[in-house]
Order: sequence, then C-alpha cells, then structure tokens
Amino acid sequence: MGNQKVRVLVAKPGLDGHDRGAKVVARALRDAGMEVIYTGLRQTPEMIAESALQEDVDAIGISILSGAHMVLVPRLMELLRANGQESVKVFVGGIIPDEDVPRLIDMGISGVYGPGTSTERIVEEIRKIVVGN
Amino acid sequence: MTLAEEVLQGNRLALARVLTQVENETERGHQALNELFRRTGGAHLIGVTGPPGTGKSSLVNQLAYYYRNKLVGKPKRVGIVAVDPSSPFTGGAILGDRVRMRDLAGDNGVFIRSMASRGSLGGLAVATSGVVQVMDAAGFEIIFIETVGAGQAEVEIAHLAHTTLVVEAPGMGDDIQAIKAGILEIADILVVNKADRPGVETTARALRNMLQLAHPVPHVFSGIDSPGYSHHMVELSDHDEPVSTSGPTGEAPTIWIPPIQRTIATKGTGVVDLIEEIERHYKYLKETSELGQREQARLKSELDILLRERLVKRWRERVTETRYGQAVEKLLRREISPWQAVDYLID
Repeated sequence: MGNQKVRVLVAKPGLDGHDRGAKVVARALRDAGMEVIYTGLRQTPEMIAESALQEDVDAIGISILSGAHMVLVPRLMELLRANGQESVKVFVGGIIPDEDVPRLIDMGISGVYGPGTSTERIVEEIRKIVVGN
Repeated sequence: MTLAEEVLQGNRLALARVLTQVENETERGHQALNELFRRTGGAHLIGVTGPPGTGKSSLVNQLAYYYRNKLVGKPKRVGIVAVDPSSPFTGGAILGDRVRMRDLAGDNGVFIRSMASRGSLGGLAVATSGVVQVMDAAGFEIIFIETVGAGQAEVEIAHLAHTTLVVEAPGMGDDIQAIKAGILEIADILVVNKADRPGVETTARALRNMLQLAHPVPHVFSGIDSPGYSHHMVELSDHDEPVSTSGPTGEAPTIWIPPIQRTIATKGTGVVDLIEEIERHYKYLKETSELGQREQARLKSELDILLRERLVKRWRERVTETRYGQAVEKLLRREISPWQAVDYLID
C-alpha cells in the first residue's frame, strides 16, 4: 500500500460566505502531503456526504461560522451512516461555543477547532486519527 | 460477493472503494480490474484538456448537466474523472474541480471522482486509465476525463479518450503558439470558452489559421448527404490533391477536421452545439475505421506502459544494489558511458 494517500474532503456548509479558514486548512493539509478535495461554499450536508462517498475520503473537515452546527453536523453524521461511511472521521472548525463541543464529540466528531488553532495541530491530529500514528 | 461484483450491481460505495484501490495500485485493485475489464468498451470516453483557467471544469459541469437533463431520450449515465496536479515537493494536492460541478449534486446518474496526478507529467495520473475502465464497466455511458491544466506537451489524454476537446479562452498567445506542435494537434474539437470576453475573434482566427495550415488540401467527404462532414470545407483553402484516408468501405475517403466551437460555460451558451459536435465525432469514429484504430492504439500503449513497468520491476529484483552502485560509480568516473552501464546491468 505504498501509494496510499490520506484523502480529506474540505467543505463549507451553511449560508455564511467566509471560506478563508477552510482554504487555510486545505492548504496546510496539502503541504502535509495529503490530497484535499475542496468543494467550496454553501454545501448542504447531502452534497458533502455524496462527495465524501464518491471520493472515498478518509476524513471530512467542515467549517461552520453561522452557528448552525447543531443542525448541520447531526444531519451529516446521519447521512454518512446511511451511506455506510461511518468510518470516515469528521472534523469541525469555526465558531463553536464551548458548551457545544462535548455534544459534537458525542455525535462522533473527531475534533473541534476554534479560532486561533494552529494548522500544525490540525494536521497532526488528523494524521494521527486517520493513519493511526 | 467480490468488490467488483458489487460494482457491477451498481453499489456506489463499492465503486468508490474500487477506484481507491485502483488509484493506489494495490493487489486488490488489479484483481478488480482483471474482473471488470471484459465489461469495458461500452463508454464514450471524452477528454477535456487545455490551459489552466480556461473553464474546463465549468464546461464539463455543463456538458454533464445537458447530457443528464436537456437531451431528448433516456438520459445517459455520466462519469467524470477530474485530475489536478500533485505538489512536486510534498506530494499533496488540492483537488478543486468539484467546486465548479455543483449543478450535478444530488443526481444518482452522475459519479465524479477527483484524482491527483501523483508525479505523472502527461496531464493524467498513472492510474487514470484504470479508473476510467472501472467506471466504464460500472455502466457509465459517457465518461469525461478532465486533465490537469495543460500547456503544450501534456498530450497523454489523446491516447485515452475517443474524443478530445481542447479548451482555449480568449487571450492565449499569438498564432505562433497555435502552430506549435503539441496540445492543439490532439484536438478532435476545439473549444473557445469564455466567448463573451474580448479577443474571442482573434483566438478563433488563430485556431482557424492553424487548422488551415494543418489541412491545406480539400477533403473529399463521403457525400453531399453528410453535411456534417463538409461544412468545414468553407474554412479551408483549395488545393488539388485529394486526401487518401479512406472510409470503411473504401469508396469514399473521409477525414475529420476539428470544428471550432464557441461556448460560455458559466451560462450554458453553445453547450448544445458542442454536444452535437461531440456526438458527430463519435459517429464519425464508428462509421470509419478510426474507432477500431484508436482502440488498438490505446490498448497497445497501455500494454506497453504496463510491460515496461513490470520488466523494470523484474530486473530490479534481479540486480543487486551493489552492482547497481558499481555501475553508477563507473559512470561517475567516466569509465563507462550510460549505454555501457546499461549493458553492464542487463547482461
């Protein structure tokens, strides 16, 4: 399996139009040698789950700044399960109130990254969780 | 049930997983290709290439959308393989072609797969042809293969696709660029996208001039009742010698002259006409002996590549690191030439 690459889908669900953070993370993952499928703004959970399936990704990174994470995240997790993709790790970045973090983790989210998180930490954690070392 | 069997039954997750195995060139991937290969050959493979930023992804999005929604008859199932470059430094990649393909979301008759070029230089990845074969076997009737943004020498797509579109946009180089060898030569259809931009006339003219240089003789087409083949005549200068290319029956020589189609992909302008040209080209391939010739060339080139890979690997297993190191040493000291080094290592 020498040719295996970590494949990550980076998506921006919801209606807010700020994708700078998503792009910075995408770039950092690229620089860490990963293949990043970037899908852009205003993705519905359905679109994200479908892209994740077609691209057979190892992980999904979604950026939510709108406050709609408690709606979007459960829906995405449900769709991934329905598609047989429960093994895909999901990471959430953006503006997430502290009290919501444990609830997201309970839903099966692998990591939550608020403002100020270093890209090194994100890359390292994604690699650790996906590759297992 | 094997993964390949699940693919044949229409399981999309199985398809996605087989594609990963094929892309990673694993044993399982090869196994699946072995199982699936005899089911291939049904799809029309359409290559889309051209410089970065000319709108290839937007065009593929529109073409696929029209194939799915706007044409009469049963919509065809569309597969899309979109290749973007890998970083030569980190091996990572940003695959961004899906951004332009939002209109296709939610349609089960479409399957989009992004691929990184993984160090390959011809505009495709090494595993692209395998990925296309899997989609072909899975029953996708139209398969678009979008290359990395390509300039002059990335012509691999011509070996893989039946119909190659070369997408240009206004503002390309002068007409010397247009007559250089390379990417324009492989076009079956030339597309001038972003046709609402200034300079579109200049670009179209440069391409037309190039075609005139490439086809300076009048072409005898299969007859007046095939207007499709003849309307390019008007663009071409007159000359005496007939062309010797013959049709399947040997009576009426035919040749394909790449048409130039203007489009505005973001608005869908010209897309229907472009599809007509694509279909006309496929019909031409099927009615002449060219489809067979292309298939043969395509499979032969694939076989050659695999053979080369396997032979090198086999040789690698037989020659020791020490012996290889010795050859390099001698080479460095100019004791032997590279050709002698090859003799030394192979015999």
